[in-house]
Formats: sequence, structure tokens, C-alpha cells
Amino acid sequence: MNERTSSDGASAPLPHYVSPAPFDPYSVERTTPEQEKIYLASQWKLMALKFKRHRVAVVSAIVLALMYLAVLGVEFLSPYHQDTRNVQHIYVPPQPVHLFHKGEFIGPFVYALDYKLDMSNLKRTFTENPEKPLKIRFFCRGDRYNWWGVVPGDLHLVCPPEGGPMFLLGSDRLGRDMLSRVLYGMRISLTIGIMGVAVSIVLGIALGGLAGYYGGWVDDIVQRVIEVIRSIPHLPLWLALAAILPVTWSPLWIYFGITIILGLIDWTGLARAVRSRLLSLREEDFCVAAQLMGASPRRIIFRHLMPSFMSHLIASATLAIPNMILGETALSFLGLGIRPPITSWGVLLNEAQNINVVVLYPWLMLPIVPVIIVVLAFNFMGDGLRDAADPYR
Amino acid sequence: MFRYFVQRLLVMVPTLIVISIAIFVIIQAPPGDFLESYISELQSQGEAVDPAKIEFLRRTYGLDLPLYMQYLKWAGGLLQGNLGYSFEHSLPVNEVVGDRLSLTVVVSLASILFVWVVSFPIAVYSAVRQYSIGDYFFTFLGYIGLATPSFLFALILLYFAKEYFDISIGGLMEPQYMDAPWSWAKFQSILSHLWIPVLVIGLPGTAGMIRRLRANLLDELNKQYVVTGRAKGLPPGRLLVKYPLRVSLNPFIADIGSLLPELISGSVIVSVVMSLPLTGPMLLDALRSQDMYLAGSFLMFMAFLTVLGVFISDILLALLDPRIRLGAGATK
Repeated sequence: MNERTSSDGASAPLPHYVSPAPFDPYSVERTTPEQEKIYLASQWKLMALKFKRHRVAVVSAIVLALMYLAVLGVEFLSPYHQDTRNVQHIYVPPQPVHLFHKGEFIGPFVYALDYKLDMSNLKRTFTENPEKPLKIRFFCRGDRYNWWGVVPGDLHLVCPPEGGPMFLLGSDRLGRDMLSRVLYGMRISLTIGIMGVAVSIVLGIALGGLAGYYGGWVDDIVQRVIEVIRSIPHLPLWLALAAILPVTWSPLWIYFGITIILGLIDWTGLARAVRSRLLSLREEDFCVAAQLMGASPRRIIFRHLMPSFMSHLIASATLAIPNMILGETALSFLGLGIRPPITSWGVLLNEAQNINVVVLYPWLMLPIVPVIIVVLAFNFMGDGLRDAADPYR
Repeated sequence: MFRYFVQRLLVMVPTLIVISIAIFVIIQAPPGDFLESYISELQSQGEAVDPAKIEFLRRTYGLDLPLYMQYLKWAGGLLQGNLGYSFEHSLPVNEVVGDRLSLTVVVSLASILFVWVVSFPIAVYSAVRQYSIGDYFFTFLGYIGLATPSFLFALILLYFAKEYFDISIGGLMEPQYMDAPWSWAKFQSILSHLWIPVLVIGLPGTAGMIRRLRANLLDELNKQYVVTGRAKGLPPGRLLVKYPLRVSLNPFIADIGSLLPELISGSVIVSVVMSLPLTGPMLLDALRSQDMYLAGSFLMFMAFLTVLGVFISDILLALLDPRIRLGAGATK
């Protein structure tokens, strides 16, 4: 180009010029290392990159990761054992943590409690005694526990101070520490969602996969079953199924029973997602090619089709978990779910069932806060994952 | 259109039969039956149980028949509007449930209306003014609505209703109308109490509906014909109402089917908390005491309501949307 404009006169013959430099076909579109990273990234890598841009989802994922990490060491984190009773301290309101005593910094502490029974309405009142600061202990020996029911120990992150109790979230009608109970309940409530979704993923992939891959009458039957299950309202159905669990079962078995019940009803959504993806995917050329080369249906489904909708499936599963957690909470709240002595958030809320509690002991409703946080976090994370899994956004 | 109508009507029949079988299996599944728990209760109180009497009870309730006969008896009764016999109340189920079924229908319908009336303007606003402060506010509110268990919301609202509006806690009407025959005053009393349960039951559905409608409308608004219309100078209001809104209205109708089970599930737990004379508390009691016909009939009733809802939504959708009407019944 330059040669032509610099040579003057239209009549003069163009000089023939050949650049000695080797030809580089990419000279016009030079990809930067960043672009290269995106162009060459795998599908999962792309998803991760997209997910990272969704800030709320990332924060939610971190919150959830921390909570599930905490589930591992519930016994260590909670100041008391979930069943430790403090007979002298029933219905204690949450105690604030102070740092300064009379203008002097002495580290985190709570004040000792003075107990008075109001003889006019028999209400227990606890007042802080501003003369007696009790320092909270850290990394200390406290209530004995069996870690996950197996390893004995008594080391706690926080312990009540010597010479007085510490109820950071108040205590319940038996004088048990709400904070410890909320933490213990977290283990049950969070795992029940995961286990339930695991059940429904297995069912959803198996039945949705069959329906989507084979089509025809298999598809018809699965579709009808899904329709029937969807047309019975979930909660009454859960209640009816939970009522089947024999009273004689141990609470642990009830726990597994409840997870299976939750999963049994909830797989329909996942199955539909799997089916519709499979129906469109099995018409693709790569699938026909695999069939022609003699791959078995199982190999085609798991090896060729599954990777292309796995990301979607994970997103849908994430969005299904909060439903399970809310379902368990509702069941336990109505007294047909998890049973004491196993503690879940729903079991804790069962105590806050009547209006008296709302008026007199509002801190018994505190377990609702983690429920809302977890459900919101799962919803945000699920939304982020879904957006990230969608190649057209 | 008529063919489609009949076809959909016929599809309902096998669905309902399968549902009734499933429900019968579920209520039969707990070990033992009501009579056994009744006997053990009598024995624990130290009363002698006459085996002849038990035998008589078993025969009159048809508990000695094989299972399929019991099912046929129950299902046949359902068809004739006979809901079976409640062991616990020693009354026919029809008499036990009384107003409850109709009140459940009333509350469910009111909740659907609530969901529509509230979610429509909010969703349209959020979609048209995407990423505005109002949009963020409603989106946030919607998430809270999805995440808060309804029973908690019910408790809190009950407290405030009593504290600030002085409405008697729990119940659907003032106590004096409880057993009174239907009258204008009773109707008014119900109306003034209805809003709390309707608000509580409808909230999660409203949140979901806003999300769906907003997403649908946004998809539609980004299409080329909208841009063309705007470029040609169509007034914004007219442009919105004439096409994108109409197209994105489908979930409003299509969701009756999925909204109804959601609302009924919500009403079960809310009515337990607020002790409303709906089907919820009684279902719970019946399940606990193995009063199988009462529980089964309630479940069947709820399922029937849902199936009917899906049917109505499909028909309405076909009426409203030519794409579905002419597309030979492919609804989704």
C-alpha cells in the first residue's frame, strides 16, 4: 500500500516488491495472552471465568463454603454441647459481648447475670451486673463431646467464662444455649439439603436420561409419572410420607428417611431438565456418529451427552437445595420431620411455634436468620451458575 | 378447539385415577390401622376390649376387606361425593370437613388474585426500568419473599395484626360467626381477616411470578421488532402494551398449574400456624392419628384442585395464544 502512494504519477510502472520477512498469517489479528486464555479455555474454565464476574454469586459461594467448613467442626465451634442444660438460666435473653469495662479495655467479656422472678406475672428477668465482668475464654476445655459421634474431645474455640454462663444468642426453655444449638442444627439442616439433592439427582438423571434418550413409550410413562407427582401439592405429600416413617425408628434413621422423602418428590424438575437437553442433543451429529460406531446407549449417555449438560444440571441442583432445606424446616416445624434429640433448624423453630414466643422470647426465632441466609446464598449461587453455564449470555 | 378441550378433559381421567391409587397406597402404608392404635389406646387406659366389638367395627369400616376392595369402595364413594368415614371423629368425612373445603378454595383463589394483582405491575416496572433503584428494591424484596419460610412470616404478621390493627389472632372470622350460617356480616368478617393469610400464602408465589414475568418481558423487549417499532416512532406506552406485554403474559396463565400446588402447600403450614379453619390443620391431625379416609380425602381434594388448575390454565392458554391453539396442543 505504502509503495503505491509514494510512487508519483499514475503512468509509471509499479515497482515489484517482495518483503523478505517470512509471511505471518496472524499478523492482522494478533491475539493477546488474555484472549488466548479465553479462546483456548475448556468449557469448565469458561464457566469459572464467567462465574467470577457475578460478584453476588461469588460472595454467596464463599459464605456457603465457610458454612460447610464449619459443619465439620461444629462441636469445636460451639461453646456448649447442644444438650447441656443450665437449670438456673432458663429463657435468658441474648447477652451482648463487651470490650471495655469502666473505660478500660479488658478484651471480650460478658457481665454476670442477676436473676429475679417477677412475682406479679411469674416472668423471669435477667439483668446484667455491671460490677462483675466475666472474661470469655478461648481455646479452652469445656463440655465433653464425641466429634461426629466418634472421636471424644473437650476442646472448644470459645468457652463460657469461669463463674457464670454465657448465652450469646440466649437460652431456651430448658436453659440450653441457643448459639450451640443453632450450630449443631446447622450440621443437620445443611447436610439434609445435599443428601436430598443427591437422591433426586440420581433419580433425575436415570429417569430423565431414559425418557430423553429412548423417547417413545418410555418417555410417555416417565412424563405421566412426573405429571402425577407434580399435581399433588408437595408439602401435604411430604407430610403424608413423613407420617409413614415408623415412630419406633431411631432419630438417625428418621433423618435418612426424611432425606429420601425430600429427594423422592423433588427429582421431577431435574428429570425434566435432563430430558429436554437429551432430546435436543441426541439429534446432534456427534451422537449419531457414536451410535454408528457401535457405542452402547450407556456409553453414549454418560460419555458423550452428559458432559454437555452437566453444567446445567449442577446449576439446577444448586437451585433445588434451598427448597429441600425449607422443606425440612417446614416438616420439622410441624413436628413430622426430624425429631429431637437430633437438632435441626426446623426442630429449633418448632419451639417458636406460638405467638407467646414471638412476644416474650423473640430470640427463640433466631434460627430463622441462618435459614434465610443459606437459602438466599444458594439461590444467588445457583443463579450465577446458571448464567455461567449458559453459552448464549 | 373443541377437540383439544375434550382431549385435555380425557387426559385428566387417568391422571386422577393414578393419583388416587398413589394416595391410597400412601395412606395405607403406615403399619397398623386406626383400629389397632384405638385398641392399644383403650388398653393403656386399662379398659377391657371386647373382641366382638372390634370385629364389628372392623367389618363396618370395611377394614377386613382385601386392599383393592377397600380402594374401590373409597374411590367409588369419592365419585359420588362421599368422602368416606372419619374414625377419629366417628362421623362421615363430609360432615367433619364442613366449610373447610370451600374456604380452602376461597383462600386459594384469593391468593391467586393477589399474586396476579401484585406481581403484574411490579414485574412490568422492573423490566421496563431494568437496573433502576426500584428494580433492585423489588428484586431484593422478591428474594426475601422466596427465602423466608412462610410460617415465620405468618407468626410475625399475626403479632402485628393484633398489635396495630386489633384483629383477633388466628381464625378466618370473628369467633361469633364461627358456627353461624352464612350471612353478609359473616362474609364481611371473613373479608377483613382474609388478607393476612392471603398475603402470607401468596408471597412466595408473587416473588416467583415477578421473576418469571420480568425475565420474559426482558427477553421480548430486546427483540428486533421492538427496536423497529421504537425507530418508527411508536409511543413507548403503546409499544409496550401492544406486543411485548401480550407475548410475555403467557406465564401468568400457564403458571396457574404450578402456582396452585405451591399455594396449597403454603396454605397447609400457614393455616396450622394461624389455626385457620382450612384443610391444613385437620390433614395434619388425620395423618398423625392414621385417620386414613379423612387424610386421603383431603389429599385427593388438593390434588384434584391442582389438576383442575392445570386443565383450566391449558384451556385458557389455548384460547389466548394462537401459537398454542394452532400448534396442535403443544403447550410448552
